[in-house]
Amino acid sequence: MNVARKVALILVLVVCAMSLTANWLAPAGYAKQFRDAPGATPSHQHLLGTDEIGRDRFARVLYGTRISLLLAPAAALVSTVLAALIGGLAGYLGGTWLRLARGFTDLFLSLPWLFLLITVRALLPLNVSPLLSVLITFLILGLLGWAASARVLSSSADALRNSDFVLQARASGLYGPRLFLVHVLPNLKPVLYAQFWISIPVFILSEANLGILGLGVAEPLPSWGSLLRELEGMVSFREEPWRLVPLLLLIVVMTSFQMLLSNEEVPA
Amino acid sequence: MIASRLFLFLFLSLLVCFSLLSVPALSQTGGELRFCLRSEPKTFDPLLVDDDSSLSIRYLTGGVLARVNRHTQDLEPELAESWKVSKDGKVITFKLRHNVAFSDGSQFSTEDVAFTMKRLMDPALHSSTGDAFRSGSGAVTTKIIAADQISIMFPAPIAGVERLFDQVAIMSAHSPKKEGAVLGPFMVADYKAGSTLLLRRNPNYWKKDSQGRRLPYLDSIRLYIQPNRDVEMLRFKRGELDLINVIDSDYFDRLAASSPGLPHNAGASLDSDFMWFNQAASAPIPEYKRAWFRSTNFRRAVSEAINRDDLSRVVFNSHAQPAVGPVSPANKFWFDSRLKPDPYRPDFAMQRLQTDGFHLQNGVLFDKSGNAVEFSIVTNAGSKPRERMAVMVQEDLGKIGMKVNVVTLDFPSLIERISQKFNYEAAMLGFRNVDLDPNGQMNIWLSSAENHAWNPQQKSPETAWEAEIDRLMQAQASAADPKKRKENFDRVQEIVAEQAPLIYLVNPNALSAVSTAVEGADPGILSPQTFWNADRLKLNATTRASR
Repeated sequence: MNVARKVALILVLVVCAMSLTANWLAPAGYAKQFRDAPGATPSHQHLLGTDEIGRDRFARVLYGTRISLLLAPAAALVSTVLAALIGGLAGYLGGTWLRLARGFTDLFLSLPWLFLLITVRALLPLNVSPLLSVLITFLILGLLGWAASARVLSSSADALRNSDFVLQARASGLYGPRLFLVHVLPNLKPVLYAQFWISIPVFILSEANLGILGLGVAEPLPSWGSLLRELEGMVSFREEPWRLVPLLLLIVVMTSFQMLLSNEEVPA
Repeated sequence: MIASRLFLFLFLSLLVCFSLLSVPALSQTGGELRFCLRSEPKTFDPLLVDDDSSLSIRYLTGGVLARVNRHTQDLEPELAESWKVSKDGKVITFKLRHNVAFSDGSQFSTEDVAFTMKRLMDPALHSSTGDAFRSGSGAVTTKIIAADQISIMFPAPIAGVERLFDQVAIMSAHSPKKEGAVLGPFMVADYKAGSTLLLRRNPNYWKKDSQGRRLPYLDSIRLYIQPNRDVEMLRFKRGELDLINVIDSDYFDRLAASSPGLPHNAGASLDSDFMWFNQAASAPIPEYKRAWFRSTNFRRAVSEAINRDDLSRVVFNSHAQPAVGPVSPANKFWFDSRLKPDPYRPDFAMQRLQTDGFHLQNGVLFDKSGNAVEFSIVTNAGSKPRERMAVMVQEDLGKIGMKVNVVTLDFPSLIERISQKFNYEAAMLGFRNVDLDPNGQMNIWLSSAENHAWNPQQKSPETAWEAEIDRLMQAQASAADPKKRKENFDRVQEIVAEQAPLIYLVNPNALSAVSTAVEGADPGILSPQTFWNADRLKLNATTRASR
């Protein structure tokens, strides 16, 4: 692991550690409204100032990071499993199954995902707690985000199906699920890992997009999406540079993920 | 010889003087006013106007019989010198101004008024402006009494009918230019869809200033179609735009900090933000929740547990007033000044709830059947002030043990839920009021109305107080005496305050921005806030020279 990757790993670990210890680092909490100090500048009481309705921005950044960093990998896991099931199996089975799966994947990819997300979000029950809304939002992202990974996995599985060692295994009398589990799936692991890591930043950004539209995580729970919304309409960054912290954090974490990912992509 | 030279000199001097004097008469020197429309105008037909941008264009180009003065709120003669409403309120007779011509030179006459009314009331046109004149079964007819007098007859009386003519731009009956021939101060000269709209001064505009100079002063108005408010503000700061008709409190404060003198705060506007609970019988919500929402004590308790002062101060940076009811204090005549906004008193709210059997247990409010009080408030995504208010209401109501979930939805989904499926518990929205007269709110207050938000389209009023509101609204709509109408509508406002079917939160202030380059601007609370006197606006010499 080179120095850059080590730095990336440390950064990700530090950010994760800070977000997990938010209760101690920011005892004010993410929801309490200091109504006498809306839009306050940084002080020893509020390290990053307060937002427009007086909530401690430092606490919101930490809790928002926790939510986005915990749930984006969970959504990535859901989408990767779905991609493995749909793409991997279709590639392994080949023929009509592969054509059907690819057609379905293409159809899914051609859907305007943002409108799809908005529609699905609008169909959900209204009376859900903020925590549940977070889970639902990321679950939707996970359930809708499998198509691109499935395409890659189907191609990889298709290539494996025709590889020499699989043919040899078949010739030895190995068929069906056992062949898939013993020979195909283990060889798909590097692709699966890569797709998993790629999906994390994608879901973080998707949630941020939904948040910018006001349709992400329900208030008062923060997320990177809702924190980035604060930058809307910001004219001068010089006057309130501390408001850029969520954006910088997003950039740092995404860059770190990409650097770590480039390590994972190298085939063993 | 000397005499002839002297004569020639005098002649030339007079000629020079005459030509110098006549320059302003031939072309105005007010310059070109520039500002933004936030959306594409949907129509240039003044009778089909239904959106803000088209409304602005109609205001600038259309000539009306009578105009509500945006400053005094009084109705003033325009194309009609005078008018008279019959005692039964069914007939209004206008005496028209003489020597008025359309922008294409054709003469204005009673035939144009008759033509406009006939077209306006054509059911096939589906004019929302025309809907305001539909008072009963039967047609609206016109009768030309003299060359300068015309009567308009309605099947049933319409209270305050004369004020409705503020919205009716008179069209030419004979001009081949149709809506291109106008009687207002400006006319459409050029339109590039999605980009700009150029209005040039109407050379035949009838109005003159006190010095006898023909209005408008401005040579033209250039309207940029720009939905992005950040870009609009940036261009205004650069001096590329001369005014912003409506700005929000964040922009207002930023502008005030960087360029004091440019932003204008005209005080409380006619607009209001409010929330309500779903009381519809067909709503797919649990019966016990419907019972809460139908309880006056529950609604009043919620109203009293909301800190409106904080909403005004925090969300609108103090550029809003706590709201009391359906009429803003900005509406000078119709506001019931005896009413005061509910003060923030959570202890009173708890007492009210206890009378209905609610009780607190470990900080959670339960009803008499033991159901924890939890509901959602839906509001439209993208409206920052409303989202912030919802979060503050969430915290305020949390203090009396109510668990509130704030849900932001895209606007079409929200409208579908609140007006078709009724699948929601509480909603928070705003009302953009452009009409001073309470008749403009009939579609909200009548229990049979579609916009009777909390329980629409009732076959007969489900509560005694709604029946009383129905009666009072109909009484005020059919009374000719303004005093009697006011009494009736005051009572409506009092019932609304007592029953809180709509819980009014704030009346945002009318905030705008006008460049110092614009002379004669006097921003007000009524739309259009900054250019209501566009025919008397002009740019200063420096700006004119630089453009």
